[in-house]
Amino acid sequence: MTKQEALFTYTLRLADNALILGHRLSEWSSYAPILEEDLALTNIALDLIGRAQALYKYAAQIEGKGRTEDDIVYKRVERKYLNVLLLEQSNGDFAMTIARQIFNSAYELQLFEALSKSKNETLASLAVKCLKEVKYHWRHAYDWLQRLGDGTEESHSRMQKGIDDLWMFTGEMFEIDEVETMLIEEGIAVDNSSLYQKWNVVVTDAITNATLTRPTDGYMQTGGRKGVHTENLGFILAELQYLPRAYPDATW
Amino acid sequence: MVTLSKEEIYSLLSEIPDPEIPVITIEELGILRKVELTSGGCEVTITPTYTGCPAMQMIEDQIKEILHSKGIGFVNVKITYSPAWTTDWLSSEAKLKLKKYGISPPLASIDTISFLQCPHCNSFNTEIISEFGSTACKGLYRCNDCKEAFDYFKSH
Repeated sequence: MTKQEALFTYTLRLADNALILGHRLSEWSSYAPILEEDLALTNIALDLIGRAQALYKYAAQIEGKGRTEDDIVYKRVERKYLNVLLLEQSNGDFAMTIARQIFNSAYELQLFEALSKSKNETLASLAVKCLKEVKYHWRHAYDWLQRLGDGTEESHSRMQKGIDDLWMFTGEMFEIDEVETMLIEEGIAVDNSSLYQKWNVVVTDAITNATLTRPTDGYMQTGGRKGVHTENLGFILAELQYLPRAYPDATW
Repeated sequence: MVTLSKEEIYSLLSEIPDPEIPVITIEELGILRKVELTSGGCEVTITPTYTGCPAMQMIEDQIKEILHSKGIGFVNVKITYSPAWTTDWLSSEAKLKLKKYGISPPLASIDTISFLQCPHCNSFNTEIISEFGSTACKGLYRCNDCKEAFDYFKSH
């Protein structure tokens, strides 16, 4: 693997995470429990899809094979998608979506803080921008975690279930492989494993403040970063890619 | 052949209103960053307020339309993320225009959101409805005195 290939894969992983979560959150459009949440979740989706677009553009540039960001998104099969499994899980109820937001936003706060110090100027400047947006995403998820956890018996039990059901997908965020290792040495990539300690403190605090119980760590699901996905991703891509695959180069 | 100087181009583009908040221009918002002359045309650098801001395409189109109408054939619009856009770039005049338009202007810091002033009746007796409003850059609040809902231009 060359440094160029490693940087391409690293950028693609960041981009796929943003796109897939952005797509999931956009599914709440017109289905959220209240109008304000409809706006909030789709606003967050917009931040993520904007981020994905910038990253795909950069990935295409690194690759240098003449593909565009649209080619990478619409003409790539499931096994070539490199997002973590957590983000492709179906929305579940509102509490489960909030659980996913808590886990991911807490991770992204640490990630973009660290990535803003990257020696790669493109990634560093995007990270500075994303960090500002993620602060709002985190605050949104944190407030709901408290309200639902410390709310009614029903909301408390649903919030706990959301946390419990998704916990086994949190470990994958902190993995590194040869792609990161190569780039960490160059001062480009973030060492995901170094983000765990602070993430754990922040997330455990948020959960216990909300009168909920942090699950005990057990077996962690993994595979997405290598292209091995749960069945969920195929359904997302079927919807996402249908039109450009059925009608190539369609415009309106 | 470009007959305008880059200062003249910059001042032309400074007149473009923001598509979402037409009372302030893209220059006042800090979206318009730089104009450079290139061989046969010019390059305009803009920066998004939020990474997913859907107004960027429209702004790019407007820049091209204006410059094409002035006879500049080749216009390259470049999007930059660095330095990251911040509400600190809004002048006090721009903030006043926002307030007159009914949008509470951004406060100094992203981390504090207390003591927002109602842009309609100036009361500080206000509360948050949602941190995510009608566009990415705004949150939604309500005034407990005049009972009006209002947008807050979020600190960023």
